[in-house]
Amino acid sequence: MSALTFLIVALIKIAITLGVLLTVVAYTVWLERKVVGRMQNRWGPSRVGPFGLLQPLADGIKFLLKEDLTPPYVEKNIYLLAPGLALIMALTSIALVPIGPVIHLFGISTPVQITGVVDAAGQPSDINVGLLIVLGITSLGVYGIALAGWSSNSKYSLLGSLRASAQMVSYEVSLGLSLVGVLLMSSTLSLSGIVHAQQSTWFGVIPQWFLFRGQFVAFFIYMIAAFAETNRIPFDLPEAETELVAGYHTEYSAMKFAMFFMAEYANMVTVACIASVMFLGGWTGPTISFLPLAVQAFLPLVWFTAKIFFFLFLYIWIRGTLPRFRYDQLMAFGWKFLFPLALANVIVTAFFVAWRA
Amino acid sequence: MWGFRALRARAGHTAGVPYAMPQNYIPIFVFLLVAFAVAAGTLLVATIVRPRNPEKVKGMAYECGIEVQEGSRKRYTVRFYIVAILFVIFDVETIFLFPWAVQFKQLGAYGFVEMIVFLGILVLGYLWVWKKGALEWI
Amino acid sequence: MHQFLFIVFAVFCAGGAINLLVQRKTINSALSLIVVMGSLAMIYLLLGAEFVAVVQVIIYAGAIMVLYIFVIMLLNAGDEEASKGSNVAKYFGIPGLFIGGIIGIGVLLKHRPNDTPLKLGALYGPADQVGMLLFTKYLLAFEVTSVLVLIAIMGAVVLARRSDS
Repeated sequence: MSALTFLIVALIKIAITLGVLLTVVAYTVWLERKVVGRMQNRWGPSRVGPFGLLQPLADGIKFLLKEDLTPPYVEKNIYLLAPGLALIMALTSIALVPIGPVIHLFGISTPVQITGVVDAAGQPSDINVGLLIVLGITSLGVYGIALAGWSSNSKYSLLGSLRASAQMVSYEVSLGLSLVGVLLMSSTLSLSGIVHAQQSTWFGVIPQWFLFRGQFVAFFIYMIAAFAETNRIPFDLPEAETELVAGYHTEYSAMKFAMFFMAEYANMVTVACIASVMFLGGWTGPTISFLPLAVQAFLPLVWFTAKIFFFLFLYIWIRGTLPRFRYDQLMAFGWKFLFPLALANVIVTAFFVAWRA
Repeated sequence: MWGFRALRARAGHTAGVPYAMPQNYIPIFVFLLVAFAVAAGTLLVATIVRPRNPEKVKGMAYECGIEVQEGSRKRYTVRFYIVAILFVIFDVETIFLFPWAVQFKQLGAYGFVEMIVFLGILVLGYLWVWKKGALEWI
Repeated sequence: MHQFLFIVFAVFCAGGAINLLVQRKTINSALSLIVVMGSLAMIYLLLGAEFVAVVQVIIYAGAIMVLYIFVIMLLNAGDEEASKGSNVAKYFGIPGLFIGGIIGIGVLLKHRPNDTPLKLGALYGPADQVGMLLFTKYLLAFEVTSVLVLIAIMGAVVLARRSDS
């Protein structure tokens, strides 16, 4: 593959992935409003289009047309930088995620993954340290929130962003530790390599996903830490509206506010992607042999979408169910329960892996 | 200990393969540029179409409807600082676990003992921090 | 291509470092330092040391700089004040810098690297190679690191607790 074809293929993949991701983000908001509405015995959005399906579009137009206030007392440059940083960091992680296997189109074969390539032998490969890059991008996402609160020069914003960043860094350690158990079994940091390590099945039925190979504690830790990372209920203290108005984006309006909003939902999608890649086998799933081959080629994408949808629904479900933590409870839970549990999981997993070898 | 020596001898051989930055990294940078363009583009479109009529009251910091009492630039509790510093320390520890986990099947029992010693020392520190009450949020 | 990228990131790195010194506001200096760390990571990446590059991003840009930003947010110290310059800097600093520069250039010229430059990425790159080296050849250094980190934990907590009471 020449350099030019490589670049064109990469650009096409980026355009499609980014378009799909932004659509998913918009419709996750719709889904959340609809599902939470039904859980609370309301209809949710129902006026704009059938089932309120055009609601995200209407919201988008509204965000564009609203007055964008930049209060005079803010640190202008950093105030402008913060939402962009939050959104870009939230979107970029998707570039590392293996969405599907190798596809062959117009004489070019390439994996459905922005950073994936096919080598001379026809084997797909991606970045060796892909997982760590995702973690790195996540850790840079803290800046968007911290800088937003600091530059706003408002008490609510500052307290909200301090809370948010302290919470994110506290749970980041447990998040990283919970993934080590999977790495012990997969022996690779490449995300597509991790998916390949989960491809086989027991008795041809039960998939050998890491969740079923003893990593359920890690999965539990990962999900809790991920909820805290994305500032979602029950860990949405940074935006606890009863105490902090809107937290770190109190002073933001119109499109800049919308960027924080999109960043939150894009982060949810990323977290769901990593969870399904690490614990639920990514795009692997049962093959359905009676379907025509052309349809079968799309099955991995269907499985992956189904897994992502499951996680997004879980987010919404929990939002409709649980109340909010208190801040001291949140910190104690992260440092005194989740962290030692994650460490114990690593040691126990290592013991079993060493014993079997 | 001859097993360990063999491991050690092999470590020198696995490295040294010419290995430049592979081309898979380039799409990430392209993606960053595209994401930046999307973010900047929406903001630019918004500046063109949105109304603009600032007022003095609109520009005040939000403080539940009352006038702003004092600036927000003050000193806040040291707890946040302790959390941040504990995060740095335990993040460093976590980073060491990644190359170990990837290479664990080759290292075998040696790797297990090595990491137990490393983690043991750190767990001591963790327990000490707990006992000192630095994990309490008062 | 590699050379072009190297120049771009090297310029970013040096520019960030200069900006860090010039800026009066602490937050701007901290942001410049993040740029420096990020560009350094990119230079590591160009050398093929991808694991080190990612660790640079996670630890330096993602963890240590968060600590800096936290301190700035918590303390809210004002802008930097210009001092009149100290005598130590005038009489020892500037000549010292001069002598140090001459020694540095001399050493570089004497121990000039071979005319055939090191092939890009001829060093230990991927995480598994780093792991193998770290847990065999440099095992002692690795274990001692844990003691170092332990001391760091104790120091941090002791200092923070004392200022609290």
